[in-house]
Amino acid sequence: MNRAHYRYFLAFTLPALAVYVVFAALPLVNSIWYSLYDTDSGVARFVGLENYVYLFTNPTTSERFWNALTNNLEFFAIHLLVEVPLGLLLAALLTSGRLRRSTGLYRTLLFIPTTLSVVIVGFVWRLIINPLWGLVDFPLLGDERTALPTISLMSVWQYVGIPMIFLYAALLAVPNDVLEAARVEGSGAWSTFWRVKFPLIAPQFGLIAILTYIWTFNGFDLVFALNGSAPGPNYSTDILGTLFYRTFFGSSGQLSDLDLGATVASVIFLIILVVTAAYFGLLHRRLRSYEL
Amino acid sequence: MKSNRDRAGSLVTHALLIFFALLAVAPILVIVVNSFKTTQGIFGQPFALPNAETFSLGGYERVFTRGQFVTNYGNSLIVTVGSTVATLVLATLAAFALTEYKVRFAPLVGGFFVLGIMLPIRLGTVPIIKTMISWQLMDTLVALILVYTAMSLPLAIALLMTYFKAVPGAIKEAARIDGAGELRTLTITLPMVRPGLAAVASVTMLPIWNDLWFPLILAPSKENQTVTLGVQQFVGQFLNDYPALLGALTLGAVPLIVLFVVFSRQFIQGLSAGIGK
Repeated sequence: MNRAHYRYFLAFTLPALAVYVVFAALPLVNSIWYSLYDTDSGVARFVGLENYVYLFTNPTTSERFWNALTNNLEFFAIHLLVEVPLGLLLAALLTSGRLRRSTGLYRTLLFIPTTLSVVIVGFVWRLIINPLWGLVDFPLLGDERTALPTISLMSVWQYVGIPMIFLYAALLAVPNDVLEAARVEGSGAWSTFWRVKFPLIAPQFGLIAILTYIWTFNGFDLVFALNGSAPGPNYSTDILGTLFYRTFFGSSGQLSDLDLGATVASVIFLIILVVTAAYFGLLHRRLRSYEL
Repeated sequence: MKSNRDRAGSLVTHALLIFFALLAVAPILVIVVNSFKTTQGIFGQPFALPNAETFSLGGYERVFTRGQFVTNYGNSLIVTVGSTVATLVLATLAAFALTEYKVRFAPLVGGFFVLGIMLPIRLGTVPIIKTMISWQLMDTLVALILVYTAMSLPLAIALLMTYFKAVPGAIKEAARIDGAGELRTLTITLPMVRPGLAAVASVTMLPIWNDLWFPLILAPSKENQTVTLGVQQFVGQFLNDYPALLGALTLGAVPLIVLFVVFSRQFIQGLSAGIGK
C-alpha cells in the first residue's frame, strides 16, 4: 500500500472529520457522559445514575416524561399511518404513465409545503382552523383530545413530500421491460401497480418507517411554533423534543437544568438507537451499499 | 389504441393530482394574497383577492420599519451560505479521499460519516452549548455555521461519493502523469461531479434556512436572529397586526420557494439518491 495514500487520505478527510466529530458525534456521546454528573454547585460531581433515578421517580418529571413519550408515539403513528400511504398514492399517481409534461409541475407543487418553515405552517393552519372564521366550528387546538392529532396532521401536510419523493424515485427505477411484459400480458394499471411495481418498491417502506421514527422522535419545531415550550392544553401536545428543550433551557415555572437535560437527551437517544439498531441489525443491512 | 378507459383513467389521475396540488399550495396563497390587504380586508373576506378598497402595502411597510427584518435576512443569508459553502468544500475533499485512496480504514471512516445521516444531532445540544460557551462562540453566527456544517456533512459526503465513484480513473491518471498534484487532480474532476455539488447544495440549504432549534439556543439575541426565529417572535409581538404578520411570513418563505422551484430537479435528485439507496 502506498504510504502517500495514507497521507493524502488523512489530509483530505481531517477537516470534515474534525467538524463532524466536535459538533455532531462527540456531543451525542458527551450527553451521556454529562448525564452522569451533577454540576448544580458549579463543580462537576460524579453521581452515577442519580439523574436518571430522579427523572423516573420524581412524580412531576416522570409524569411529564411518560406523557411526552406517549404523545410522541401517537405523533409517530399518525405520520406512519397517514403520511406514508398518502405519499405512496401521490408517487403512484405521478408515475402512472398517464401524465406527460405535467409530471414535473405536480411534483414541484406537491413538494412546496416541505420547503416552508414550521412558523408559516403553524400560522397558516391555525388561521384556517380558527373557529372564528367558521371553517371548523370546534377549537381543534384548544381541546386536549384533538390538539395532538391536529398538529400531527399539519405536520403530515408539510412533510408528505418526503415519502412521496422516495417512493417516486423507487417507482421510476422499476425496469421498463418488466412493465412492458405486464402490458403485453394485458395487465391493467391497477393490477400492474399492485402485482409488479409495489413488490419491487416494498423494501423502501422499512427505511421510510425508520426515518419517520427517528424524525418524529426528534420533533420539536412545529409544536414549539404553535404552542411554545410547555405545549398545552394541559401538556397534551408535549413531545420528547419540547420536554428536552424545557428541561435544559427552562421555561416559565421551570428552572434550566443542563444535567437533567443531558439525561433526557440520553434517554431519547436510547429510544431512537434501540429501535434503529434492531431494524438495521435484524431486518436489513441496507447501509452496506455505502461501504467501499 | 387509446380506449375510453384509458382516457377516463387519465382524467381521474389529473383530477386527484390537481386536488392534492391545491391542498398543498392554497394555504400558502391565502397568506401571500392576504398580506397585500388591509386588516378589514383580511377579516372581511379572507379568501378574496385584494381589490381597490382592500389593497394595501402597509403591512410590508411596518415589517421593514418595526422589525429587524433586514438584519434577520442578512443573518439567515450568512448562516445558510456559510454553512453550505463549508459543507461543499469539506465534503468534496472527504468524498474524493474516501473513493480515491484505498487505505485500510477508509470503509470505517466512510461508515462513520454515513452513520451521521441518521444521528439526531439535536440531542447533543447540551454539550454543544458547553463547547460554545468555553470557545466564547455563544450567541454568534459562527456557532450556527459550525453546527450546521457538522449536521450536513454526512449526507453531503454520502451523496458526493456516489458521484466521485462514477468519474473515470483514466482522467485522474492522465492528470497525475501531467504532473498534477492531488489537489489539482481533485479540481480537474470537479466539473464531472457538478450535478452532485448542486444536489448537495440544495438539500443542505433548506433545513438550515428553516431551522428553529439552534437559532433559538445558540444565537437568540436580536442582532443574531435568523429570519425563521425572527418571524416566530414577530408572530408573538404583532399578533394584532395581521397585514404585517402575513407580510413577514411571506418574506420569510419566498426565497426558499423560489430557490426550490428553480433547483427542484437537483433537490429531488439529491434527496432520493442520498437516502433512498
